[in-house]
Amino acid sequence: MATAAAHAGAHEAHDHKPSFFARWFLSTNHKDIGTLYLLFAFCAGMIGAFLSFGIRMEMEAPGLQYFSNPQTYNVFVTGHGLIMVFFMVMPALIGGFGNWFVPLMIGAPDMAFPRMNNISFWLTVAGFCSLICSLFVEGAPGASGAGTGWTVYPPLSTAGHPGPAVDFAIFALHLSGAGSILGAINFITTILNMRAPGMTLHKMPLFAWAELVTAFLLLLSLPVLAGAITMLLTDRNFGTTFFDPAGGGDPILYQHLFWFFGHPEVYIMILPAFGIVSHIIATFSRKPVFGYLAMAYAMVAIGVVGFVVWAHHMYTVGLSLQTQSYFVFATMVIAVPTGVKIFSWIATMWGGSIRFTAAMHWAVGFIFLFTVGGVTGVVLANSAVDKYLHDTYYVVAHFHYVLSLGAVFIIFAGIYYWFPKMTGHIIPEWAGKLHFWLAFIGANILFFPMHFLGLAGMPRRYADYPEAFAGWHKVSTYGGHIFGLGMMVFVIGVILAFRSKERAADNPWGPGATTLEWTLSSPPPFHQFETLPRIVDEPGHH
Amino acid sequence: MTKGSHERHMRTAQTKHRSMRGLAAFGALLLTSSQALAAGIGQPEPWQMDRQVPVTENARDILQFESWVHWLSLAICVFVLGLILWCIYRFSEKRNPTPSKTTHNTLIEVAWTIVPVLILVAVAIPSFRLLRVQLSDPKSDVMIKVTGHAWYWSYEYPADQGGGFSFDANIDEDKQPRLLQTDNEMVVPVNKIVKIQVTAADVMHSWAMPSFGFKIDAVPGRLNQFWFKADREGTYHGQCSELCGQRHAYMPIVVRVVNDEAYAAWLGEAKTKYARIDDGSKLADAR
Repeated sequence: MATAAAHAGAHEAHDHKPSFFARWFLSTNHKDIGTLYLLFAFCAGMIGAFLSFGIRMEMEAPGLQYFSNPQTYNVFVTGHGLIMVFFMVMPALIGGFGNWFVPLMIGAPDMAFPRMNNISFWLTVAGFCSLICSLFVEGAPGASGAGTGWTVYPPLSTAGHPGPAVDFAIFALHLSGAGSILGAINFITTILNMRAPGMTLHKMPLFAWAELVTAFLLLLSLPVLAGAITMLLTDRNFGTTFFDPAGGGDPILYQHLFWFFGHPEVYIMILPAFGIVSHIIATFSRKPVFGYLAMAYAMVAIGVVGFVVWAHHMYTVGLSLQTQSYFVFATMVIAVPTGVKIFSWIATMWGGSIRFTAAMHWAVGFIFLFTVGGVTGVVLANSAVDKYLHDTYYVVAHFHYVLSLGAVFIIFAGIYYWFPKMTGHIIPEWAGKLHFWLAFIGANILFFPMHFLGLAGMPRRYADYPEAFAGWHKVSTYGGHIFGLGMMVFVIGVILAFRSKERAADNPWGPGATTLEWTLSSPPPFHQFETLPRIVDEPGHH
Repeated sequence: MTKGSHERHMRTAQTKHRSMRGLAAFGALLLTSSQALAAGIGQPEPWQMDRQVPVTENARDILQFESWVHWLSLAICVFVLGLILWCIYRFSEKRNPTPSKTTHNTLIEVAWTIVPVLILVAVAIPSFRLLRVQLSDPKSDVMIKVTGHAWYWSYEYPADQGGGFSFDANIDEDKQPRLLQTDNEMVVPVNKIVKIQVTAADVMHSWAMPSFGFKIDAVPGRLNQFWFKADREGTYHGQCSELCGQRHAYMPIVVRVVNDEAYAAWLGEAKTKYARIDDGSKLADAR
């Protein structure tokens, strides 16, 4: 896909562009950095997918088939989680689409701090390198890599992993976290200060709203993670005992700190997707988004409430009745703004004139699958029920429904929606639709049986399991293969797009596509909006 | 649950037990099928799609509540799917070439905010009630201290309750079902309130017993407490449920629920078999 970008460059020959090295390694252009983020997310995603392939192959049958040491399996699980969260979903949705389309949608020439944008990206890459290093140095005695789970709970991550692997993993989180904080500052500044004349916050496209809320969540939650993992680092290396009861510390303190970050993190991953879905649904229904303000403020509400529900990840650690009751209540509250969004998307389709492009397939599939992930979330919110389901495959099913079938589906939706805009090339619609159906069927076969496994009592993060769980695990692995097949169709679609001579129009999606990026050429000029666009009253945006 | 329904549950459980024994008597051919019948209780069975059979009142209540929430979830998903499918059918480009311009409808927007709130209240009220029962602190008949180690569990029966010994429970990989059996089992009396105090010696573990409907984390430096009252005799299997390193999948939990006489007999036997708490040197004999 690197040729893609180069080609896109050639297409814009009239633009003044720096040399290859200066353009891609010292980049300060928001579109180039967005492209870099997307390419990086794709590469990291492939490695994360390779790890999940290892997991699924091992889980296909009871006993140890591929991993002679179960600790290596734990390392795969940990690597898969960390890579997919920090180096695939976040770079794609925030760094990739955010960088590309926030300035375009708000009518800004670039991000507020172009050089800081550059270091945000390279810090993320550096973090990823550190994480890859951690896979190859000793962690637990006699095994390489950090097998702590993405949560890195002590004492397993301190006493349980004396080798340097966990230090590398912590450093990876520090680096990518720093990159994300800088990115968040950049987005907030850009969105608050650089909107085109006439574009008030209440006229701003929902994707920009989503990125704004996401940026605030990043800015407020990541420093807490940074603090927690720094304490972990000093516990590991400098003799402190923040999380060690032998010195008066408490492992549960780490969990509170981690989840104070970790819960907003799940909204960080899904809010940008919410924004993208709104645009795709509105575009292809040829109707403005239903209940625009409610949609925007539902995201704000999700962001705010998302900060006060963290201990629902900790129902089994021994919290008091009052604490658990509060977190049950607060967690359920989130279902309300989420419901508003689901129904508003459907209401946007209602009465519309719907065109079923590939992007629309993914967006509509998302609405349903996210609903499934949402209702299992309400089940898990009940502490009394969670005592049974906590740390079982039911939880694995739940969060893969909202992330793998939620965020990842929308990453693909975004690619099919914006690919013509970003590159000027067109992915054949049949490829996008075939990819969708393979992914939809595959992911459901992959993840739905995990609900059954969890209800039957299968704990998560197990390299080996009793024979009784074999049936559904086998089905699940087959689903994984189907999903993988879909990925191949995607790659073929992208290759075909670049080989085809067909070029995308400025607005290939017709009158439904009303946001500013469609007023530019495809791909947009290297520098856009040298004269700022003036926003006149857009029908339906308030 | 009322006393009547409680007894009814007991009876069904006993009837099942008897019929199973009857089946076993048919001989070697039928033996396998009777094992298959027994498999659903206390352990997972192949292709299971639902919870393991609960054997405490609280676990049954939670199962009932949970299946209600699951039906509700199903209804919501079907409702949303129905709306989506209707939109796909009715408002396709072909059938509806001119889109409407509607972007607001205050009534419906208020409705889809209020109705979910009401549904959530209907979920939350029984949820809070169950949680309160679960976390209540009734007077215990038997108290057992459970310690998670990498990678086995140890159980300590205090002296003031007829115990005064402790033992380790390591995985026994020769017994079936694989990965669910230990060399020594935690034994508790039926229909008695058993309180477990759970902690860990090295990293975190989690003591999970699906048949009793709960798990509780074993955290170093903390003593977590949970209680259960199993009302069906039998052997119940669970597995460590907090990632604890290399052999996380190999530290199962086995609880044998027996009647009072059998429990008393076991206590007597255990006192001679297992290490006394005050005599660490005998801990090696625990296996």
